Amino acid sequence: MIIIGERINGMFKDIGGAIKDRDPAPVQEWARKQEYNGAHYLDINVGPSSAEPVEAMKWLVEVTQEVSDLPLCLDSTKYDAIEAGLKLCKQPAMINSVPAEMPKMERVFAMAAEHGAEVICLAMNEEGIPKDADIRVGLAAELVATADAFGITPDMLYIDPLVLPCNVAQDHGPEVMRTLREIKVISDPAPKTTVGLSNISQGTKNRELINRTFAVMAMANGLDSAIADACDDELMAAVASARIILDMDIYCDSYVDVFKQRNR
Amino acid sequence: MAVEIQKEKYRSKVGEVVLGATKDQGGTRSHTITVGGESALPFLHFEGEIPNRPVVALEVWDMVPDWNPCFEQYFGDVYNDPAAWAKKCVDEYGADLIQVRLKSADPDLNDTSPEDCAATVKKILEAVSVPVIVIGCGKAEKDNTLYTPIAEAAAGENLVMGVGELENYKAVTSACMANNHVVIAQSPIDINICKQLNILITEMSPAMSTRIIIDPTVAALGYGIEYSYSIMERARNGALQGDKMLGMPMYGNAGFESWRVKEANILTEEQPEWGEQEERGILWEATTAMAYLQSGIDILVMRHPEALKVIKGNIDDLMKDNSY
Repeated sequence: MIIIGERINGMFKDIGGAIKDRDPAPVQEWARKQEYNGAHYLDINVGPSSAEPVEAMKWLVEVTQEVSDLPLCLDSTKYDAIEAGLKLCKQPAMINSVPAEMPKMERVFAMAAEHGAEVICLAMNEEGIPKDADIRVGLAAELVATADAFGITPDMLYIDPLVLPCNVAQDHGPEVMRTLREIKVISDPAPKTTVGLSNISQGTKNRELINRTFAVMAMANGLDSAIADACDDELMAAVASARIILDMDIYCDSYVDVFKQRNR
Repeated sequence: MAVEIQKEKYRSKVGEVVLGATKDQGGTRSHTITVGGESALPFLHFEGEIPNRPVVALEVWDMVPDWNPCFEQYFGDVYNDPAAWAKKCVDEYGADLIQVRLKSADPDLNDTSPEDCAATVKKILEAVSVPVIVIGCGKAEKDNTLYTPIAEAAAGENLVMGVGELENYKAVTSACMANNHVVIAQSPIDINICKQLNILITEMSPAMSTRIIIDPTVAALGYGIEYSYSIMERARNGALQGDKMLGMPMYGNAGFESWRVKEANILTEEQPEWGEQEERGILWEATTAMAYLQSGIDILVMRHPEALKVIKGNIDDLMKDNSY
């Protein structure tokens, strides 16, 4: 499973402060740590309260790239900030994210096509997050079809079925699992899938246990990637184990280390 | 509308390993041999690169071997002289490289000393200019005493030395690390152990990751060849999908295994309906080796010069570009 390291996010106090003071140290430390622990992409998010999201995004991209060669996942609802970041990325990036809404899809898919970027697509629209798997899959199909019109193949898309906390929307769980399975039959090649892993455990106790349980269940239903805490060793070990059980990696006694060290 | 041919896309490729060293590189070989580097399944030139052809070694023992009498006409005159034997393998029979098996070191046979074994290896290195593989007698306790003296005596030559196993890899790996040789990592037809052993060797020194040859253990035709084949196929698929700890070139003793089985050895008079013994043995060895070429082997160790000839012709054919 592709791990998109979630930690460079202005929502966290240390990163928020670093952005404000333009202090690269905390950002670069988390970039290194996440890469060392096996992240495949680094999510870059200036945080919800940034007063100057475009400038902050440009700065985060630059200081992150000084210490890591991992591809970046530019995470913002402000598309100007994403576009400014894309121009600075040394290698094809990922855009996080676009819902099944016009004109947002037009804006995002146009810049994705221009920069060769992958796109995280949210299975929601103006009406919010649907509960039913059928409606989620319908929105995914809409995203795939619209991207196709911009010349973006489905395998460049990561559909996020959207996960709500399990303590407030418990009935969404099985629908998310079904959505993950059915997204794979929308097109050939199939789109990829992703989730914001920690959403499932918001407001609960045992957050890490719930996160990693969800991760392996979702993997069994075809999940390709997750925005997650790459420094959660138990999570990474659970993902490595799920990959063995799903025959995605060849077993050896050191398989957990091998999974984490793959980038090194 | 033009038909678009679907081709498999591989994410990674097999690592390349260099065998032997020339004078410039600190050795005395006339040339080096590079193995590995494949970026597609065996000989699918249309899907990737097969940059290095598989190579074929002939076996040399450091004592008179207990082989089938049919080998006497080829090697009988040199059975007592490993250096002359090696030279004959290269000059007359066209071996790409030599594998010397230090059989006489076996404590139950001659119990040859490490120093004498090292001297034998030196003589062979002087007699031939091709890269050389050195393996012990097969008894780990004794073999562990041989590696360092040989590695030091042949420092700079970039030998291939073996074998390291899961329970016994440190001695040979240390000897190879200290003197820049290549190690054979042997696993008992078990992909999990194969991968684990490569990890352990690499943990001793990351530099060893380009100095490992996988010996997945091969079996002869009729004696479990399909198990070895499947393991090698799985390892190679893993390598092409990016599993670096399986991305090393592979090696197998096709000759040794083939000439252990009754189908190669039973005399013509005993089984006339099986056909003439020597021809049967050659075919048994060549067929075994051919199967391993198809499963991705990079270094074949053969025994019979005629089987070697068949296999080299086979490799010539398989290396012809079939891309489109």
